[in-house]
Amino acid sequence: MSTANSSRSAVARYVASRLGQAVIVLWAAYTVSFLVLYALPSDPVALKTGGDASDITPEQLAALKAKYGLDRPLLVQYVLRLGHALTGDLGTSIDTGRPVSQVIGEAIPPTLQLAGLGFAIAVLTGAALAVVATFVRSRALSTFLLGLPPLGVAIPAFWFGLILIQLFSFQLPLFPAMGDRGFPSLVLPSIALALPTGAMIAQLLSKSLTAALREPYIDTARAKGAGGARIHLGHALRNAALPALTVTGLIVGQLLSGTVVTETVFSRPGIGRVTATAVQQQDIPVVQGVVLFAAVVFVTVNLVVDLIYPLLDPRIELTSSPRRRRRPRAATPATTPAPAESTSVDIDAVLEEVR
Amino acid sequence: MSDTVALLPDGTQHPADGFGGTAANRFDDAVAERASHRGREASGPRRRSWFARRPAAAASLLWLAVVLVAAVAPVLLAPGDPLAGVPADHLQAPSAAHWFGTDQIGRDLYTRVVHGTSLTISAASLAVAVGVVAGSAIGLLSGFAGGRTDAVLMRAADVLLAIPSLLLSLAVITALGFGTVNVAIAVGIASVASVSRIMRAEVIKVRGSAYVEAARASGNSWIRVLLRHVLPNSTGPVIALGVLEFGGAILAVSALSFLGYGAPAPAPEWGALVSGGRDFLRNAWWLTTFPGLVIALTVLAANRLARGLDTERTDGS
Repeated sequence: MSTANSSRSAVARYVASRLGQAVIVLWAAYTVSFLVLYALPSDPVALKTGGDASDITPEQLAALKAKYGLDRPLLVQYVLRLGHALTGDLGTSIDTGRPVSQVIGEAIPPTLQLAGLGFAIAVLTGAALAVVATFVRSRALSTFLLGLPPLGVAIPAFWFGLILIQLFSFQLPLFPAMGDRGFPSLVLPSIALALPTGAMIAQLLSKSLTAALREPYIDTARAKGAGGARIHLGHALRNAALPALTVTGLIVGQLLSGTVVTETVFSRPGIGRVTATAVQQQDIPVVQGVVLFAAVVFVTVNLVVDLIYPLLDPRIELTSSPRRRRRPRAATPATTPAPAESTSVDIDAVLEEVR
Repeated sequence: MSDTVALLPDGTQHPADGFGGTAANRFDDAVAERASHRGREASGPRRRSWFARRPAAAASLLWLAVVLVAAVAPVLLAPGDPLAGVPADHLQAPSAAHWFGTDQIGRDLYTRVVHGTSLTISAASLAVAVGVVAGSAIGLLSGFAGGRTDAVLMRAADVLLAIPSLLLSLAVITALGFGTVNVAIAVGIASVASVSRIMRAEVIKVRGSAYVEAARASGNSWIRVLLRHVLPNSTGPVIALGVLEFGGAILAVSALSFLGYGAPAPAPEWGALVSGGRDFLRNAWWLTTFPGLVIALTVLAANRLARGLDTERTDGS
């Protein structure tokens, strides 16, 4: 009875601490974006009115600054804007005069479609490549397959998108080159968006699969008569995929920022397009809104992963101590410390590569 | 400008790893060991046929050498003027006279790509330098000071990692304005967090070593110990990461200049060249294909060499 209670309170503490950390990260992301965008010397109003070439009077300039609240001391601006942000009011676009939350809200659905399909393509092809590359007997084929992800990481996404348009819109008129008209117009952009992410997943998973295949439980399974495919998918992949789950937040963040280039290349509406335009116009409130949106997405995904990870991996013990990112190292029993360690190190290495 | 490229071979000559032999020697052996899965002692004969055994690494080195020449002395590779066009020759397909074809106002694309190299490579180098210097400083302070300073700095790094690096770069560009230097700074700032984490981990490792204790016990001030002992001995992984970031920096710089935030119009930045060919996708495929291919090959070569150096580092220590 008492153990049930204590375990329940442990779960509650775990959830509460994760939520608390998420809130702190969001607040800090707000502060960082505020410092970068508002504290650095730039003058969005002067830019909007055409800089010094404009014939605007100093009085009009002051009035415009007052309208956007840019005339107050930095600290006052920070407190006021943070207060508004907490109520969902991210300010007004200097470029269009519309509320930032509305601008971003309207851009979410097309980006969600693009990023959703891109995510599916990246995960499926990345995982399939990793599984096949580590499974095939032929060393030449394996080397060839393992050579593809570094290629995918090196190819500029914007260029890949343009090549896809050339091949599959102009040479072979299979898909529309631009716009947002139903599923066919979604195919090429989501492939272009998925390339770097899929390559990263393939690298990460093939490394952790290779590590998992060297573990003693694989020998045990083989000794008990399990076949190659069963060992590969049933034992190695299940164990290798779990640590890969911890980078879901990063993958989603990468996809989200990838839409800036992809939506520009394919002339699609969405968050990325809003971002590109806002940077072009130096529309500070919108840029900050997008940065905050990305941070919310990252934090939410990580929160969900943190909360479901213990359900998927019973070895994880719930701790409420702050930890940067959940690592199997912290919880894997002492029988297999070395492989778990090396897997997480590899994840770090791949992350650095991809960033 | 060429500093970071020069790091490729020199990056291993840090005093971190008391491991015998020249840097090149150790690199060769590490690569060879990984290739053959033999953990034997380093020996002479294997070095001789290194290029023959590692065609990919040799090709990467060769390609980067060409890129370096293009960045330092573009006239050696393309004597023409990258900004002057012959209108009569506009939109010509690749030929013996124009290897990469010509653009809409008759400028030779090959000349433009060659002359754009220094812009892109120097921007990427500056980005890596910003990231490595700032990140190392933060990581050094964080790892050496420990306690509350460490906690605050590493939380800040976590927050930076929560914002996708491209969006962070875009925020910095929004604040600083456009231009190649601003793009480079923005890309560098986006990598500060990951560099500082690596540096901190290494500093914590070095800080506990016997020679640091000895240096402090013999009455040296902590700042002296930090600069003379901890810093030189913890730079290895950061330099390896810097080399690794170089390819990523080229990609990020090109993407930002593709989006139009880099140098203004006639400048032949690689990303801007790809962007300039967008309007001619249907009838002039070469305008986007070649500059993009050059970017991809350069990033691939840089990553390939960085991986070799990284293997050397992890195997050698």
